[in-house]
Amino acid sequence: MTPATSLPAPATIDELIALVRGTPRLIAVGAGTKPRLSQVADAYARVAMTRLSGITEYEPSEFTITALAGTPLREIVAALAERGQYLPFDPLLVKAGATLGGTVAAGLSGPGRLRYGALRDFIIGVRLVDGEARLLRLGGKVVKNAAGFDLPKFLVGSAGRFGVMAELSFKVFPRPAATRTLRLEAPDAAAKAEILMAASAARWELDALDAAVGEGAVFARLAGPETALEPLARDILQRWRGAVMTPGDASYLWQSVTELSWAHTGGALVKVALTPAAVPAFVAFVQTRGARGWVSAAGNLGLLSLPPAAAVETLEWPALTLRGAGPLWAGPAPRFEIMRAVKTALDAAGRFPGLDD
Amino acid sequence: MPTLATNPVVERLRRLLPTGRVLEGDAQVAAYECDALTAFRATPLAVVVPETQDEVIAIVRFCRDERLPFVARGSGTSLSGAAAPVPGGIVIAMNRVSRIIRIDSQQRVAVVEAGIVNAAISMAVAAHGLHFAPDPSSALICTLGGNIALNAGGAHCLKYGMTSNHVLGLKAVLATGEVVTFGGPSREQVGPDWTGLFVGNEGLFGIALEATVQLLPKPECFHTVLAGYRNVEQAGEAVAAIVASGLLPGAIEIMEKLALDAAVAAVHAEYPAGCEAVLIVELEGTREAVAADRARLDAVLAASQPVEVRPARDAVDRAAIWKGRKSAFSAVGRLSPDFIVQDGVVPRRRLGEALRKIGEWSREMGVRCANVFHAGDGNLHPLILYNGAVPGDLQRAEALAGRILKLCVEMGGSITGEHGVGVEKREFLPVMFNPDEMDCLRRVRAAFDPLGIANQGKMFPPAPADASAPAHSGSAPAQA
Repeated sequence: MTPATSLPAPATIDELIALVRGTPRLIAVGAGTKPRLSQVADAYARVAMTRLSGITEYEPSEFTITALAGTPLREIVAALAERGQYLPFDPLLVKAGATLGGTVAAGLSGPGRLRYGALRDFIIGVRLVDGEARLLRLGGKVVKNAAGFDLPKFLVGSAGRFGVMAELSFKVFPRPAATRTLRLEAPDAAAKAEILMAASAARWELDALDAAVGEGAVFARLAGPETALEPLARDILQRWRGAVMTPGDASYLWQSVTELSWAHTGGALVKVALTPAAVPAFVAFVQTRGARGWVSAAGNLGLLSLPPAAAVETLEWPALTLRGAGPLWAGPAPRFEIMRAVKTALDAAGRFPGLDD
Repeated sequence: MPTLATNPVVERLRRLLPTGRVLEGDAQVAAYECDALTAFRATPLAVVVPETQDEVIAIVRFCRDERLPFVARGSGTSLSGAAAPVPGGIVIAMNRVSRIIRIDSQQRVAVVEAGIVNAAISMAVAAHGLHFAPDPSSALICTLGGNIALNAGGAHCLKYGMTSNHVLGLKAVLATGEVVTFGGPSREQVGPDWTGLFVGNEGLFGIALEATVQLLPKPECFHTVLAGYRNVEQAGEAVAAIVASGLLPGAIEIMEKLALDAAVAAVHAEYPAGCEAVLIVELEGTREAVAADRARLDAVLAASQPVEVRPARDAVDRAAIWKGRKSAFSAVGRLSPDFIVQDGVVPRRRLGEALRKIGEWSREMGVRCANVFHAGDGNLHPLILYNGAVPGDLQRAEALAGRILKLCVEMGGSITGEHGVGVEKREFLPVMFNPDEMDCLRRVRAAFDPLGIANQGKMFPPAPADASAPAHSGSAPAQA
């Protein structure tokens, strides 16, 4: 693989357009925190997006922010926090240096997406350089917009296969004033699934609800006005055995989740589209392979980590390999004629890798 | 079978469906000549009434083979002409394809057919303490398929997002006849978001047959407040103050004087005297969180110079507040024989400026205009009144509507927040998108519908010689 420092790195959108125009086969690369997304055939030149960075428009009163695709998430998170706001989909790998564009390309959301929705529910606009090196502004910069097809949403999880995202706009929310995390005892996978389903349907409006595969626990996070959290936590602890975690322990836990620091160093990492009822099967899958796993979003997101040199195998659930070798789409992926037709509509010359690359 | 039909296409269409489910002739199709945007009308060749997904698929494949334009229609509540027929094409009435296939209360998803009425989903899952969040004002009659086609909104979009955010998976028949399933029961998705792309296609890709939708726990507690203001600017400033306070209400709505008068006349809504505008704010959530947020909201409202603040004391009060708001569109019918409901979006901080301009233009052009809007989203709904029987009145109303839409784009907003482009706003789509962007949208449409038969003439402005779009009616000289 070419070292990142020697890659062409446009610093402006105009430079990006010129670079795309002059490069017949290419793939955009962010900070490389999800390297499998850009592990494509050598014929594709890699373009570093990290210099195309910076917040271009932030209107706290509108609940909207726009930034260039190479902007590190930590810059966006910090700017929002200064004004008491946040990205409710709770992005992953913020400290690791992940960029906004890479996060969209992977479609990665964190545990906080439980309450208000995933990344797809907060993206409102994109400036995309398409297969003909045209800069297209799709979607918009207002929180509600139904004009034209929703291509910004389509690009979530598209892994750079349809174009290079130059700039992205998001809806943001006011950040809840306080949080509490509860560690609930769940001795086995069935108990975990039961708590995940019951707690996410209950009145408490949980902010996050995750489960560790290798630990007999479910972690429930409350977020809201400070005075509301104690009685809510008490109510939850009347239903299940457990305890409120100390702020230090909770902070360590959630950082470990969002930075994926529980995963193997140098191993493979796979995101799995799960369902709550499939949690026991996922847990069993992880355990029988000597792997590590994490269950997020009340059982809707599974993360699977394999030790170095272990190959990602085909999974029974839709899955995306973020790190390591193996198929990019590691689970069942339906193939319809329309998928090829839309790829052709946006990238007739095949400038970007195909859906199977 | 002897019928009045002589059209050979219709004869062949009849063979696909049991007797009585292909309607034709003026009397039978009259009810399908327009949607809720009554200024646009067209006569379809026939209306077909499938009852199963397989019948819909067979009809679409027939249309593809015959190159016959088709329009899928639910209850016809679209306000942008998106569900109006194509002249000489067929209307596929989806209301009977409306089964609930599966409710999984544990995983909080439901799989339902597209013809189901929006509110029926929430009713079906209410016993489990769940609900389907998208709630357009027409929720009691509009179908999910229509919500999906237009990516409908409603009063609660600020917090919960549009229909798209709640559709996890889809089965659809595309205009090519290909039957696809996108997404699935997981709230996580892998790969390009095909479900997200399909939602909001305005019927230009094909027809949604069934959807997997996410269900949310019903909020435990509501705190709904109606606040009256001397003028709309003060109401707008109150919205800004609420947003700045860090609160995230479920809904923030404003109604202006003319809409208030209409609601009073229609449903006997009661509003504080001497108010030019009222603000409706609703907090929702756990009783603990609402109790805490309520104190903050009360303080913000008290400082916003209201004429009067009326918190709903109980569910009956709350229902009365929402009844006045949700009936505003139809209530305006009492003030005017005809009206256009516009649907532009502006950045929230420019709401006051937009409303001032609309007011000036309304006076200058002699066209009455009542504003109702989702203030939390910057989504304006100017109700532009006209009388179709008065020559030139519709044209004046449309001219005002056009100025408003262009203003929305100039301010950095959108020509539609939730009603879609349809036939009504198609000439304004190029105001939002440059020729390259329009070309991109057209190519995507062509990928799904190479023959251009699905909801032909909608969303995209017609080429100069294109006569496929529904025609103007009312007092339009084109009809004369």
